[in-house]
Amino acid sequence: MSDAPQRDLPPVVERRHIAGSDAPFFALLGTLGGSYLLLIVLLIVADIAYTSPAHFIEAWEKPEIQAAVRLTLVTCTISALLSVLIGTPLGYLLARFKFRGRWLIDTIIDVPIVLPPLVIGLSLLILFHVPLGDTTLEKWVQQYLGLRITYAQPAVVLAQFAVACAFAVQTMRVTFDQIDPRAEQVALTLGCRRSQAFCRVVLPQAWRGIIAALTIAWARSLGEFGPILVFAGATRMRTEVLSTTVFLELSTGKLEAAVAVSLIMVVAAMAVLGFVRSLGARVN
Amino acid sequence: MIALESLHIRAGSFSLSDVSFTVPSGAYAVLMGGTGQGKTTILEAICGLRSIASGRVLLDGVDVTRRKPADRAVGYLPQDLALFPTMTVRGHLEFALRIRRQAPGVIRERVAELAHVLGIEPLLERRIQGLSGGEAQRVALGRALSFRPRVLLLDEPLTALDEKTRDRLCELLRSIQRMTGLTTLHITHTRAEARMLADKLFVLDAGRIVERPLSDLTDAPAAASIG
Repeated sequence: MSDAPQRDLPPVVERRHIAGSDAPFFALLGTLGGSYLLLIVLLIVADIAYTSPAHFIEAWEKPEIQAAVRLTLVTCTISALLSVLIGTPLGYLLARFKFRGRWLIDTIIDVPIVLPPLVIGLSLLILFHVPLGDTTLEKWVQQYLGLRITYAQPAVVLAQFAVACAFAVQTMRVTFDQIDPRAEQVALTLGCRRSQAFCRVVLPQAWRGIIAALTIAWARSLGEFGPILVFAGATRMRTEVLSTTVFLELSTGKLEAAVAVSLIMVVAAMAVLGFVRSLGARVN
Repeated sequence: MIALESLHIRAGSFSLSDVSFTVPSGAYAVLMGGTGQGKTTILEAICGLRSIASGRVLLDGVDVTRRKPADRAVGYLPQDLALFPTMTVRGHLEFALRIRRQAPGVIRERVAELAHVLGIEPLLERRIQGLSGGEAQRVALGRALSFRPRVLLLDEPLTALDEKTRDRLCELLRSIQRMTGLTTLHITHTRAEARMLADKLFVLDAGRIVERPLSDLTDAPAAASIG
């Protein structure tokens, strides 16, 4: 020890440092993520345990359920395709251009996401039947397009589309936000019109987003129940989709059949989403 | 010829006013200046990617101020290259020619010529992912040259490259320019690059563009004030 007077020395940073294990971090990630995964698996297992193969086959063999499966697959696919068709240009406009009133468009598009779907169904019903002079939108469409909407199959698609499209728009908007606009600008200097730059440079980069939007819109459409019940009704063999089948079976006390149909929905959803995702993987 | 006449450009909170300079036909001009001075903004204004509040842009004597980027025939190589991620190298070289609906034979010939000059023949069928920095620069340069533009604008094209690749690309740029006589405006930070390439030297400082003699690039005290 020296006798030199003690001076205030700056604290020395200990150089020896051991970061420690990453295991607790991954354990936490695994536990939190796994708990949700477990919940979903338990839900499906509980459904399977509740019903029996006999119930499942019995439900599957009913012609009205087969009709509902067909109508569900067709309407969900149409509304998902329509959603992407509308969501792509709208998402692109919102992502790329700053214009007056954009916040208003943003807010309007969020309405179907925020509102209870049942309200959308009710609003559709009102829209088609509110008097417009001496006619209604329903009558006008029937007269000029020869199409019945309310309580008919087009109402199923419209009810699904009204909600699903908002999700497709948001997905496409995020997709275009993430695509660097520089390549598009260079395409303009190379002689492209905006439409050519969009189709040749932007759209090929947006495939992953389009697949995601298609998946989300399809899944939303499959889950739609309230607006379909209000706007399309639940007429067996006509406007009944799987979500309304579950409701109809449940309301008549056939819990086993409701669960069996739910499982059909799970299988259908997984098959379609798996197919769409594999399509996306191949495109990428 | 590239002529800017009293150009006023506004980009958000940034603005440049009264920008005027002329690059004579066939000259290789280098524009230097510190970061954030607005060099890129000037190039974008020439391309038509920035709206111009007032003033004129003339290319080969033609007023293109109100023309769309597509109608200006400007070959533009941005700093980030902005290659098309879904296309092959060949796709890049063909792109502007396909847009111009050139005959397949013409496109094939032009692509072969460009690939030969740029030394990227073995890369033609490759996607752009995995190209080296120098290769990507050559592809972007080929894309900008493919449609025989009126002028060529290069935004710090060699910054991210190692010295050897940079020197080689400098030689390539110079030889292409001599071969084609293309009026070129090249932004750089690097004096060495400017020394190798410039016929004319412009410096952007505090919103003003001043032409400087090339000797400034070798003269140490004067060089210190250039970007």
